[in-house]
Amino acid sequence: MFGDYSVGDLGAIFAMQGFAGLILFSVYVLMALGLAIIFGQMGVINMAHGEFMILGAYVTWLTSSFVQSYVPSIFSGYFFIAMALAFVASGALGMLVEWALIRHLYKRPLDTLLATWGLSLILQQAYRSVFGAREVGVELPQWMLGSQQITDTIEVPINGIFVMVLTTLITVAVAYIMYRSRWGKQVRAVVQNRVMAGAVGINTEKVDRYTFGLGCGIAGIAGSAFTMIGSTGPTAGQLYIVDTFLVVVFGGAASLLGTIASAFTISQAQSTMEFFMSGSMAKVLTLLAIVAILMVRPQGLFALKVRK
Amino acid sequence: MSDAQDRGLSLVDRRKLLMGMAALPALSLLSTPVFGAGPPTSVVNTTGLAVTDTEVTVGILHSVTGTMAISETGSVQAEKLAIDQINAMGGVLGRKIKFVQEDGGSDWPTFAEKAKKLLVNDKCASVMGCWTSASRKAVLPVFEQYNGMLYYPTFYEGLEQSKNVIYTGQEATQQIIAGLDWVAKEKGAKTFYLLGSDYIWPRTSNKIARKHIENNMKTKVVGEEYFPLGHTQFNSVINKIKLTKPDVIYAIIVGGSNVAFYKQLKAAGIDLSKQTLLTISVTEDEIDGIGGENIAGAYACMKYFQSLNNENNKAFVTAFKKMWGEKTVIGDVTQAAYLGPWLWKATVEKANSFDVDKVAAASPGVEFKGAPEGYVRIHENHHLWSKTRVGRAKLDGQYELIFETANLVEPDPFPKGYQ
Repeated sequence: MFGDYSVGDLGAIFAMQGFAGLILFSVYVLMALGLAIIFGQMGVINMAHGEFMILGAYVTWLTSSFVQSYVPSIFSGYFFIAMALAFVASGALGMLVEWALIRHLYKRPLDTLLATWGLSLILQQAYRSVFGAREVGVELPQWMLGSQQITDTIEVPINGIFVMVLTTLITVAVAYIMYRSRWGKQVRAVVQNRVMAGAVGINTEKVDRYTFGLGCGIAGIAGSAFTMIGSTGPTAGQLYIVDTFLVVVFGGAASLLGTIASAFTISQAQSTMEFFMSGSMAKVLTLLAIVAILMVRPQGLFALKVRK
Repeated sequence: MSDAQDRGLSLVDRRKLLMGMAALPALSLLSTPVFGAGPPTSVVNTTGLAVTDTEVTVGILHSVTGTMAISETGSVQAEKLAIDQINAMGGVLGRKIKFVQEDGGSDWPTFAEKAKKLLVNDKCASVMGCWTSASRKAVLPVFEQYNGMLYYPTFYEGLEQSKNVIYTGQEATQQIIAGLDWVAKEKGAKTFYLLGSDYIWPRTSNKIARKHIENNMKTKVVGEEYFPLGHTQFNSVINKIKLTKPDVIYAIIVGGSNVAFYKQLKAAGIDLSKQTLLTISVTEDEIDGIGGENIAGAYACMKYFQSLNNENNKAFVTAFKKMWGEKTVIGDVTQAAYLGPWLWKATVEKANSFDVDKVAAASPGVEFKGAPEGYVRIHENHHLWSKTRVGRAKLDGQYELIFETANLVEPDPFPKGYQ
């Protein structure tokens, strides 16, 4: 396969392939973060995670259409406004859903799977009725298109760099909120012992609602960012949900570090194998490896040590 | 008794009078045709289909919910438009077409169930429907068992032929071979990289493409790859394309993956004005989601583009937009779906009967001169003779016609030497 190429060519390809792996890693982390918070901290299996992402994508589309028609002067920077709005919209919907649906099911965690799956179907059909069955195209400002030339032969997609930076920022923010802020302490307290946390004066209901809202809001930002690399349609959320769960479960449900480590492992395995074989086969082998590892380590890569 | 007879006579007279009166405004407006003037029902319907003196029922069976709704919406719209226009012209054998619409819900067993409902309960004289091969395969036994007539609009992989189906889209060779020949001649292409989503249509199509590239054109395939449906990460394969530097990227990627593929291709710095890319899976419908700026410059091999410059097509596009809104786009399959009701009408009139057996037997040779794609004719194998065309995507999401075959291409659903 490599016989006909010069060393320089190969070096360039491997460098770009390295970037491809890192971009995939960022994408996985971004999609999994929201779910990791909800699943990890609250034990709720949110099957509608993909639909919260797509809400963010639709908000981005609406913002881009609005800005183009009314305030074209700020078009080059509209994406940041869109991401903020996506966070607010998905977060608000998340809090509403928590209030109306999820909080009644905390004692029956498996039922949340069924309820949120139903919710995902409802949301899909709602998107279809409101925005139409066809995919919508989100227009991006010129500077976000194309690639960045690093050397003569190495070029890196700008949207990939954007996702990498965004993922880093959000991961740091989430880590700070969870492990350094007073609110994060409350969240962790509720996770460890709900009754005790209530007894010391933490408003557990409020903590639940904001945690769920935060997770959904991050999903919204992810969806907004993915309009750069993927499609925006009523069922597009389904494209991400399997990979998202894979990352979270493989990483160990309750651990932020686990999610990151797992996203890294899966993305590197996937992108390296994809380079040497067909996309379908790479996926099969990745999934097989994950199944094998989970058989040996059912709790995932990183798990909290809990006294039984 | 005589009283009753009198009344009967006067009833007939009154009906004549009413018909005459009904005809007056029709003549003055030239828009409300009178139905019921066709041959008697007992002659044209001997198998108990839903045909009365004034009406005939057909079915529309597509997904309007679920994943496939994206693609099938256009077909439903085209079929309704065709039925409307046929009714405005006086219907079929003097009967107004009434349609019963069912939703396949993007679920193949549902398609089979609804097909049975349309044939057994509604006694539809024909059904316009299905989009994916999977849904067609699911309904095929139903149509054969209950002897129904299906008009299937999508371009597909071929390898099928049924008395009960008329395929108004292209089978694979009609879509592939002329396009490859064109790219070899026009671009001097020597090396090809084949890509596809991982299911039957892309795999069969790429198989035909590979045979043609290697055996007939004596050129080379430098890579062939498939991705699961819904795959959204293409950076690795794009790197492989950069490494192998093929003259032509031959892409048969579908659905949401399509959007991801073209966006990432553009982001990776592959410039489609320099790198030749030929696709058979992106119509104007898909470009809506991909965005014209991401795919401008790519070539597509189809039989129809919305931009075709002929009188039939101009009238079709105007009528379609009038009915479904100025912003709607019309892709290849939408046009093929539009042919269904028209071909059925022409066949019924040729056979002078709604009976499925007679319609099936009369189908070969039926032609439709008003087709937006130009002129089509049904072949003995129930597929259509039609032209193959190559178009180039523009920024506004439309294709510009670059090449078309001089003659109609013969449909060959079981191509020898390509399997």
